[in-house]
Amino acid sequence: MNASLGAGDALLSLRHEDVAYSGKIALKNLTLTIAEGEKVALIGPSGAGKTTLLRRLYQLDPNNCAFVHQHHVLVPQLSTFHNIYMGRLDHYSSWQNLINLLKPTRSAMQEILPIVQKLGLEEKMYTRIGELSGGQQQRVGIGRALYQGGSIIMADEPVSSLDALQSLEIMQLLVEAGRTVVAALHSIDLSQRFFHRIVGLKHGSIAFDLPVRSLTEDRLSRLYG
Amino acid sequence: MLRTSLYFLAIACAAFFLADISVTTLDPWQEFARMGRGLLTPDFFNLPDFGQALFNTVSFALVGLTIAVVLGALLSLFFESTPVRLFCSFIRAIHELFWAFIFMPIVGLNSVCGILAIAIPYSGIFAKVYAEIRQESDQRPAEALPPASTRFSRFCYGTLPLIFGHLKDYTSYRFECALRSSAILGFIGLPTLGYHLETAFREGLYSEAAALLYSFYLLIISIRIWARAKFIVIPLLISCLFISWETSFSLVGLSRFFLYDILPWPMRAEGFYVGTGELVLVPLELGKWFWDIVVSQALPGIWNTMLLTQIALVATALFTLATFAFASRRFFSARVTGCTYLLFVVLRTTPEYILAYIFLQLWGPSMLPAIAALFLHNGAILAYLTANNVNALESTFDAAQGRFNRYLYEVLPRCYGHFLAFLFYRWEVIMRESAILGILGITTLGFYIDSAISRDHLDTALLLICITAGINMSIDSFSQVIRKRLHISGHVASRIIGPGESGS
Repeated sequence: MNASLGAGDALLSLRHEDVAYSGKIALKNLTLTIAEGEKVALIGPSGAGKTTLLRRLYQLDPNNCAFVHQHHVLVPQLSTFHNIYMGRLDHYSSWQNLINLLKPTRSAMQEILPIVQKLGLEEKMYTRIGELSGGQQQRVGIGRALYQGGSIIMADEPVSSLDALQSLEIMQLLVEAGRTVVAALHSIDLSQRFFHRIVGLKHGSIAFDLPVRSLTEDRLSRLYG
Repeated sequence: MLRTSLYFLAIACAAFFLADISVTTLDPWQEFARMGRGLLTPDFFNLPDFGQALFNTVSFALVGLTIAVVLGALLSLFFESTPVRLFCSFIRAIHELFWAFIFMPIVGLNSVCGILAIAIPYSGIFAKVYAEIRQESDQRPAEALPPASTRFSRFCYGTLPLIFGHLKDYTSYRFECALRSSAILGFIGLPTLGYHLETAFREGLYSEAAALLYSFYLLIISIRIWARAKFIVIPLLISCLFISWETSFSLVGLSRFFLYDILPWPMRAEGFYVGTGELVLVPLELGKWFWDIVVSQALPGIWNTMLLTQIALVATALFTLATFAFASRRFFSARVTGCTYLLFVVLRTTPEYILAYIFLQLWGPSMLPAIAALFLHNGAILAYLTANNVNALESTFDAAQGRFNRYLYEVLPRCYGHFLAFLFYRWEVIMRESAILGILGITTLGFYIDSAISRDHLDTALLLICITAGINMSIDSFSQVIRKRLHISGHVASRIIGPGESGS
């Protein structure tokens, strides 16, 4: 059942692992390997364990992973610049962070400008993100992950609150954001469109783990059945 | 909830029979008529030192509050620690006027005393409310930050921006309370508006008293204009520059206060009579001293304070339930609700200490003036909040016909939980005020503290103040237990009136 498509070495791997979440076993006897360069989508009904699995994978190598959060973890009162800067708070001293909060420093601005340009948010650089649209906020979230750096990008339902058009834009940005991308998704359609490998989860175990071209309607309807 | 309410009602009824309630003045109505004439003919041109008193009232409040914001914010960061929490709850359990009594012998009767008397209890209040706001805020943005970020950076980026607006609103609401506190500090001799108000009332100069009262209302109403967050630095700087910072503070005086004046009398008696100022430890005498104070002052004081508190609490509740509908558009036309709102604002703006003082002039010393003052002031605050709550309820187009039915079936059941949460928040406030009103001559704890101070018995006064604080802290935690048991939350309440609110 283990289909590794990527050419690179194994970056993250779990072997026969149980993952308990607040005392309850959420994932049973799980084995999964993700190699460098893979684009992996985790799908499955709600409560299947997608978020738990994603968090577990993140813990395997937190220094190398950047997490794209849903937009509600951004700070609406702060600007686009600050919300992106927050991806690397741990790289600067408390004092530098305080100064930068009061008045953005030139060096931080120069670091963040290319990211903002890539996301098409130059004009919103100093706008409080509470005033941005849902799609723009999600782009800021990706910006934070990009600034944070690391070779693996992870995302948990990154487009769940966006309309169809914005979803496509965001997914495109997301899969291009890192060499290796792992995302939990609601939408089967988006997962097939943007990812190479699909992992279906049900009741805390892996129901299938297939390259996207071998995924059949039958498999999918059984997953959600 | 109904059962708890009925218990409290029964206790208040019993207390009502035990309490001393009477009208002792010969002709209250004549005095009332003279006051009424005074209110209609305010005399703004015969007020000596009025400008200075106004300046002091604002300065004490502003400087005191600024210190409290800094100290409170620092303490709130460590509020998870039990000693810090206990310390904060102790300093806010002591009323501003009692703090003034404590600072008077150390720094003298001056600006510094007034500022400290506001700064200390308000620090405790801010620490608690700021910490609650922080704990209730959305934690997700802070959790999403890189795990290795320092606590400080995490707080600055992930928490502070989220709660800043809320902190600002609460602080500016508190400024109004601080102005009230500052004004009533005048009643014990500090040079604020209350000093002149007390003099005018005592001498029966009701036109001048009315002018002072009206200027106080104007001051409170005009806060919005001159106390904007952006420009607050300007009045603050003016206050700091022009306030009189002169004090009689000295290290000798400070150590004398802590190491001599407040020590129990039996330790000092022998040295005092011989003239050496020597201290002796006489455990038996100490025990007797303590026991005497407890039996002859603390217990009667506690008894009367609790009677007054329980009666005033239930009277506040009844006043609220009887009046809030008049301030709600759900029941009455804009004209009626507008007038009621105005009345509530006047009652809420007038410190209960001043209300009690006025009623005392009318009815003579008994619990009656204190009860009336407490329920009018607190009831107005609660009715105002409850009416706002009711206005926010969703209304159905087929609501019950008839105001009374609507009140009983549609409105009361929906707002009762919140109302009760507000009320239990006010419980400790009412108790603190009940104790303070003793200064006016009603035999609650404040009466015994005030007489000890005027006889220069600092040891007795301090013991009684600590006992008062202890009772206040117990009521605070008892009220928390009840709120938790009844599953009523004051989330909205904590934002608008705050758990540590002192209505003065």
